[in-house]
Amino acid sequence: MTVALELRQTIARAKRRDVAFVALGIAALLFAACTFVALFLDMVSDGAARLNGDFFTQFASRRAERAGILAAWVGSFAVMIVTALFAVPLGVSAGIYLEEYAPRNRMTALIEININNLAGVPSIVYGLLALGLFVHTFGLGASVLTAGLTLALLILPVVIVATREAIRSVPGAIREAAYALGATRWQMVQHHVLPYSMPGILTGVIIGLSRAIGETAPIVTIGAVSFIAFLPPPPISTEFPFLNADWLASPFTAMPIQIFSWTSRPEEAFQANASAAALVLVVMTLLMNAIAIWLRYRLRRNLNW
Amino acid sequence: MNDEPKKPDLATLAKKAEARELNFFYGAKQALNKITLPIYDKRVTALIGPSGCGKSTFLRCFNRMHDLYPGTRYEGEIRLQPDDVNLLSREVDPIEVRMRLAMVFQKPNPFPKSIFENVAYGLRIRGEKRRTVLMDRVEQALKDAALWNEVKDRLDELATTLSGGQQQRLCIARALACDPELLLFDEPTSALDPIATASIEELIHELREKVTILIVTHNMQQAARVSDFTAYMYLGDLVEFGWTDDVFFRPQKKQTEDYITGRFG
Repeated sequence: MTVALELRQTIARAKRRDVAFVALGIAALLFAACTFVALFLDMVSDGAARLNGDFFTQFASRRAERAGILAAWVGSFAVMIVTALFAVPLGVSAGIYLEEYAPRNRMTALIEININNLAGVPSIVYGLLALGLFVHTFGLGASVLTAGLTLALLILPVVIVATREAIRSVPGAIREAAYALGATRWQMVQHHVLPYSMPGILTGVIIGLSRAIGETAPIVTIGAVSFIAFLPPPPISTEFPFLNADWLASPFTAMPIQIFSWTSRPEEAFQANASAAALVLVVMTLLMNAIAIWLRYRLRRNLNW
Repeated sequence: MNDEPKKPDLATLAKKAEARELNFFYGAKQALNKITLPIYDKRVTALIGPSGCGKSTFLRCFNRMHDLYPGTRYEGEIRLQPDDVNLLSREVDPIEVRMRLAMVFQKPNPFPKSIFENVAYGLRIRGEKRRTVLMDRVEQALKDAALWNEVKDRLDELATTLSGGQQQRLCIARALACDPELLLFDEPTSALDPIATASIEELIHELREKVTILIVTHNMQQAARVSDFTAYMYLGDLVEFGWTDDVFFRPQKKQTEDYITGRFG
C-alpha cells in the first residue's frame, strides 16, 4: 500500500515537470508568434491605406502621397532573376558533384566545412567583396547584374546545402538498382537522383531567394540608388534578335532599399509608405515560402519509397 | 529434388560461369577466401550460409557492385561463358558487365516512376527509343515475371503503388527485359510475406528454362525448393558444393550437416 502511494507521488512529481515544460514551450512559441503578428499588424495599420493600384505603378516621388514602389519591385524582380540564373545551376552542380562524384578525402572535407562556413558569413562581407570584384575590378557598376551576382554568391551555400540534403535522401537501393541495370553515374544522376531530389532542391532554392530578396546590406554596399525614375529596359524587344541584355547593365533600386530610404525621411507620410512597402515585401517573402511548401508537397506525393 | 535418377554427370554439363580462386577484400579485411565455384548453364544455384558468411558479397562480385564503393578489391577470376571473359578484369568495364548480368535485390527497389518506365529503363539506357520495340519487350518481360495480367491496364501508374510481392516481380521483369545472361538474386524474398514468397519461388523455378540463376538465400527450405545446386559458405569459405539433394541429404562435411540440420547457424 505504502509502496503504491510512494510510486504515485513520484509519478505525480514527474508529471508536474512534464506540464511545466509544456507550458514553457508554449510560452516561448507564443512569444515568437505574437511578436511577428504584432509587427505585421502594426505594418498593416500604418501602411494599408497606401496600398492601392497607384502605389505599385508610380515611381518614387518627393511628395509622399504620389510616391510608389514601381522601380523597387521591378528592380527586386530583375535582380532575383539574375540571382536564380546564377545560383541555381552553380549551386545544384556543386551539390551534385560533392554528393555523387567527389572522393571522400581531406580536400573534400575541407571544401564541405568551408561551404557551411560561407552560409554564416555576414552579408555585408559579400557586399564588400562584390564592390571590389564586380563593381571595380570587372567594371560592372552598380547594376542589376552586379546585384544579382552578389546575391547569387550569398545564397550559393544555401542552395548547395539544400541540394546535398535532397540528394542524400534518395535511397541507396534506388541508386544500386540503376547501376545494376548498367547505368553510368551521370545516367543515374540524370534519370534518378535529380528528378527524385527536385522537391528538396526547389525548396532550398526558393528559401534562398526569399532570403536574398530581403537583403539590404550587400546591395547598399555595391551602390544601388534609392531614388530612380525609370525602369531597366525590357528584356524582350520587337526587333531581331528579340532579346535584349541591356537591363542587366541598368542602375536599379530594390524593395529593401526603398523601404530604408523612406524610413530615414522625417515626414509622417513617408513612414506610411515605408510600412506599406514593407508589408508588400513580407507578403512577397511569405508567398515564396508558400510556393516552396506547395511544390514540396506536390512533387513529393509521387515519392514514397 | 525427386529427379534423382535423371541427374546427369557434372562433367557433361555446360558452365555459364565459374569463380576461380576468388578473394575479396573490404579494405584490409578479407571477406572471401579462394572461392572456386562453377555456375551451370540454365540451372539454379543457391548460396546458403549463416549471416556474414560472405554469400551476398560473393554474389555482388559477379556484377561488380563492389566497384561502386571505395576500398574494395578483387583477386582471382570470374569467367563468363561462352566468350570466357574474366568479369573481374581491370580491362573489362563494370558497366558492360552489369549490362550482361542482371540483379534482383533483397528489398524490392522499383524506381518511383511508372510501371512501364521501370521495365523499359534498362532498354532505354541501351539506347532503345522505338516505342513499339519498348512496348513489346516490356510486355514480354512482364509476362515472364508473371505480372502482366495484374498490371496490363495500369502500366502508367506509379510502380510504388504495387504491393511488395508485385514490386519484387516488377524488379524481376526489369531485370529480364534486357535478356541477361546470368540472373543474380540477393535474398529476393526476405522482405516478403509467405504468399508473395511462394509466387516468387514458383517464378524462379520457371525462369531457369530461360536463364541461368544464382540466388542467395538465408532460408534453407527455399534453397531446397528452388535450386539444382547448392553451395554452403561459412566465414568467407566455400565449405561444400553439389547437387542440392546431395548437399541436403548426403552432406560430405560435418559442418554442412550441422548447419542443414539446424544444430548451428
